[in-house]
Amino acid sequence: MINAVLCLILMITGISMQFSSKQVTIVQFDSAVTIHNLSGIILIINYVFFFIGNFITSNGRYYQFSSSGLFYRLKKQVIYYTHGVLNKETPPFPINKDKKFNPLQQFTYVIVMYIFVPIILISGLALLYPETIPVSIMYVSGLHFIDFLHILSGFIVSMFMFIHIYFCTIGKSPLSNFKSIINGYHETY
Amino acid sequence: MTHEVYIRPSWFVILLIVLVILVFVYSYSSKVSSISATSPVPAKTDSISMHEFKNAGENENCLKCHGQSKYVLENIEMGKSVFKRMYSELIIDRDLFYSSNHRYFKCIDCHSEDYTTFPHPNNLRMESKASCIDCHGGDPQYAKYFFENIDTGFQASVHSQKHSQDFTCWMCHNPHTYKINARTNENITKTIIYDNNICLSCHSDYRKYELLTEKENPNILSKHDWLPNQELHFASVRCIECHTKKKTDSALIAHQILPKTKALKNCKECHSVKSELLSTLYKYQAQEVRSTGRLFSGIFTSDTIVIGAARNYTLTWLSIIIFIGIIAGIIVHACIRYLKH
Repeated sequence: MINAVLCLILMITGISMQFSSKQVTIVQFDSAVTIHNLSGIILIINYVFFFIGNFITSNGRYYQFSSSGLFYRLKKQVIYYTHGVLNKETPPFPINKDKKFNPLQQFTYVIVMYIFVPIILISGLALLYPETIPVSIMYVSGLHFIDFLHILSGFIVSMFMFIHIYFCTIGKSPLSNFKSIINGYHETY
Repeated sequence: MTHEVYIRPSWFVILLIVLVILVFVYSYSSKVSSISATSPVPAKTDSISMHEFKNAGENENCLKCHGQSKYVLENIEMGKSVFKRMYSELIIDRDLFYSSNHRYFKCIDCHSEDYTTFPHPNNLRMESKASCIDCHGGDPQYAKYFFENIDTGFQASVHSQKHSQDFTCWMCHNPHTYKINARTNENITKTIIYDNNICLSCHSDYRKYELLTEKENPNILSKHDWLPNQELHFASVRCIECHTKKKTDSALIAHQILPKTKALKNCKECHSVKSELLSTLYKYQAQEVRSTGRLFSGIFTSDTIVIGAARNYTLTWLSIIIFIGIIAGIIVHACIRYLKH
């Protein structure tokens, strides 16, 4: 829950800074910088707990996936979401205590939480201390490279958030899955 | 039987961190080796062919004393000669002079012919020096540099207003070393350092500052405490971007230095779509880069980055289209779900 709020704050302040204009701004530039930095730091701390927690406890097993038949399972879940769920079919991969996520959910969570979120957090941390960024990385300006990575991953994670929030409404009732966001466990539907 | 491989995604993060460390180590090690590869002592006159300068021989009459840190003072009657130190501000570096814009001049083109006698007559210390406009004003050859506008701006500047005649062009521009810079220097960072050093030559050096005023020289660092990432701002932005009144679209520098109360202090003046920084140097540099036909000029070529002002419209539109696509997909999906309910 706290992560979702932080992500929203980071999104709004990030967009406000990126599309800053002299006439209209969502958040005042200097306030946006401070809020963005502060929320970013809290999110980094949260991520470190998430990462260590999943690395050393059994909760990490939910994020482990098998490479064989992955494409087939993803396809099946995509077909369910685009077709099956509309026709009230039963989900192909029911959720239980051993499987917290369906294959598509698991795959996107892994991509977001283990690739794009770390990229945003590391690049964001580097931008907090820009003097540490090398002048050039792979023959391009280091600052530009890091900034580009930060914005690109920010965009991807934001898009993920929209879809993620929408998919929460696919539950017994449109609001029931929001409870899972708070307690972290999915109910079967 | 298929062999199942379980992928543990934590390793992605560890791999990413290792990759980041490697990139940093590689970038820093290549930087260190490039620094150590350059000679610490700049090459002396080798690079300059003295044959090119027909006045060089005559100038040596002056430079034999003023081109070094000591000179010989002889008293024929006493039959005695002593070595004296030359004041550092009176030393002319031959290399810098013969690579400057004024390199073809004779010393006495600008200085009184009376300097040819030694010891120099005392009243020459009161010699009034020519300013830029005295030579460059009204000259069609130099019309593109708008010296008249520079002079008008300078006259209205806080420097000229507060110090009147004492503050001359030469306070900032050394006529013996001045070299046109922004137009010939492809590296914007070097231009920024060059221009900022002009301001800092007084504002961070009390010995020069006190020549004009009794006031205490303000501490540049503490005065700019409000700037986040101060070091980065100082390395990437010229002092004059915030401290001058400018409305030009070229490499021409606004010379109307404003009083400190009128300096820009609002982030959005620079960090916004109509950034003040996108005029003058940065615009000029961007145009130059584009004219060379280099690709991706908007994304990666510049060494500096201005959050809020650096826009890549292709990527912005692409992201808006993707965003609209996703929202439209969600709406369509939700509508079908609702209708089939």
